[in-house]
Amino acid sequence: MNRRAMRRFVSRFMVGLMVLAVVIAVLPLLLILGSLLLRGAGARSPAFFVSSPAPVGMPGGGVLHAIVGTLMIVGMASLAGIPLGIAAGFYCSEYNGTRLASVTRFVADVLNGTPSIVVGVFAWTWVVRAQGHYSATAGAVALAVLMLPMVMRTTEELLKLVPVSLREAALALGYSRWRTSLVVVLRTALPGIVTGSLLSVARIAGETAPLLFTVLGSQYLSFDVDRPMAALPLVVYQYAIGPYPAWHRLAWTSALVLILVVLVLSIAARIVTRQRFGRRD
Amino acid sequence: MTEPLPRLRTEKLSAMYGKFTAVKNVSLAFAPNKVHALIGPSGCGKSTFLRTLNRMHEMTPGGWIVGKVYLDDQDVYANGVSPIQLRRRVGMVFQKPTPFPTMSIFDNVAAGLVLDRSKSKREVAEIVERSLVRAALWNEVKDRLKASAVGLSGGQQQRLCLARTIAPEPEVILLDEPTASLDPQGTQRIEELVFELKREFTIIIVTHNMQQAARVSDTTSFFYLGEMVEHGATRRIFTTPKEERTEAYITGRFG
Repeated sequence: MNRRAMRRFVSRFMVGLMVLAVVIAVLPLLLILGSLLLRGAGARSPAFFVSSPAPVGMPGGGVLHAIVGTLMIVGMASLAGIPLGIAAGFYCSEYNGTRLASVTRFVADVLNGTPSIVVGVFAWTWVVRAQGHYSATAGAVALAVLMLPMVMRTTEELLKLVPVSLREAALALGYSRWRTSLVVVLRTALPGIVTGSLLSVARIAGETAPLLFTVLGSQYLSFDVDRPMAALPLVVYQYAIGPYPAWHRLAWTSALVLILVVLVLSIAARIVTRQRFGRRD
Repeated sequence: MTEPLPRLRTEKLSAMYGKFTAVKNVSLAFAPNKVHALIGPSGCGKSTFLRTLNRMHEMTPGGWIVGKVYLDDQDVYANGVSPIQLRRRVGMVFQKPTPFPTMSIFDNVAAGLVLDRSKSKREVAEIVERSLVRAALWNEVKDRLKASAVGLSGGQQQRLCLARTIAPEPEVILLDEPTASLDPQGTQRIEELVFELKREFTIIIVTHNMQQAARVSDTTSFFYLGEMVEHGATRRIFTTPKEERTEAYITGRFG
């Protein structure tokens, strides 16, 4: 074989390997989505989304209580976690090199690697036990702690990607340091930061372990954040380990709903950010 | 004929990065409404020198200076002088075009104006238009002022940065190799602009390109290894340099 044919062969072989890797990487996602759609979407009426669960043995019923619960708990966690995370990431990027920044970064990395069940136990110890009862707030605390390091580290990395030349251009124009940081640096990195925050929202929306220790779960539609509340991951868990085939079907459907909620959240937020913060090309 | 009072001058100015001295003991005076070129090989300290003039050097980690810089006989490093106010009087354009990517073309030019709250929206719009006209960019962008500045070509972006710099009416404009990343056409347009703009501003330009220095400048200073070797009228520097090192550099024997 001459050199050229050899090169062509090696090139095709390598590209083939990469395509295979892509297929293997995407396959689990497709399988999950496929089986969720197959098993979860069958014979469910829209009522499933707007009604609360029916008593055991009764037909019908839905997961409205869990959709509301997940939205409220994740919403509260985001309200605390995203601003704090962005502020901390902003500090670490702007005051890079200070001791506090290095310590904060290290702690965030450790926290990022902490299993979520540990965070759940933490929230149980400090919130549930202190309050004396399970509550949605306790769950939101646990989820906020989980998302904080994610948001913080993404924010920091994205701020560091903003070229020094932009910062200098603003300073040379007579911008003060805080104005440069906010109007130019943070503003330039904002679309990425929003995307990163959304990813962390999606991540925590599916967390189950921390919620087991904190919000406990509930059979009823509730808006009281000081009491136990239902959440989609908990509903999936409870129905899936139950003894009845009907419950198993409910678990599949709830899992599908959970994925849809996350999907709708991220798509909606993306549209909003593109309109408000996107680059005008 | 008496020399006009210099707009900007330095007195025994040295600039350091930590322990390393990048600019050594430079005393130079820049007359108003002239173009002054700083030339020299890479790493000779000409850019660092330029950055001391609007106090950008001190924003670099480890950057500090000794000596004096006077703008209209006011010591710009004196206590109580705000570097922020100074930079509104001494504008700067960088090597790579730096339009703010999240802002429209209009907002980019207005970026330095909004710092001054006294101007009405209409005044800002007028100044933006005037600045774009002076930067020879108005005709190309007048129909898409709301579009992103990132969509412009490199040469257009650099003229946009020039418009942004002249909009707040600084007294001095510092150009740090403004054509280094441009094609010959873009370079020519910037050079023509520099020649035009000296009627209103005092311009100091750092350049690697000796032909450029010869074409646009009135005076030239040659920097070598952090020292200012020779300073004088551009024509004289390029025809009868006094220093051997200057001659060697401009005839291309090193650098």
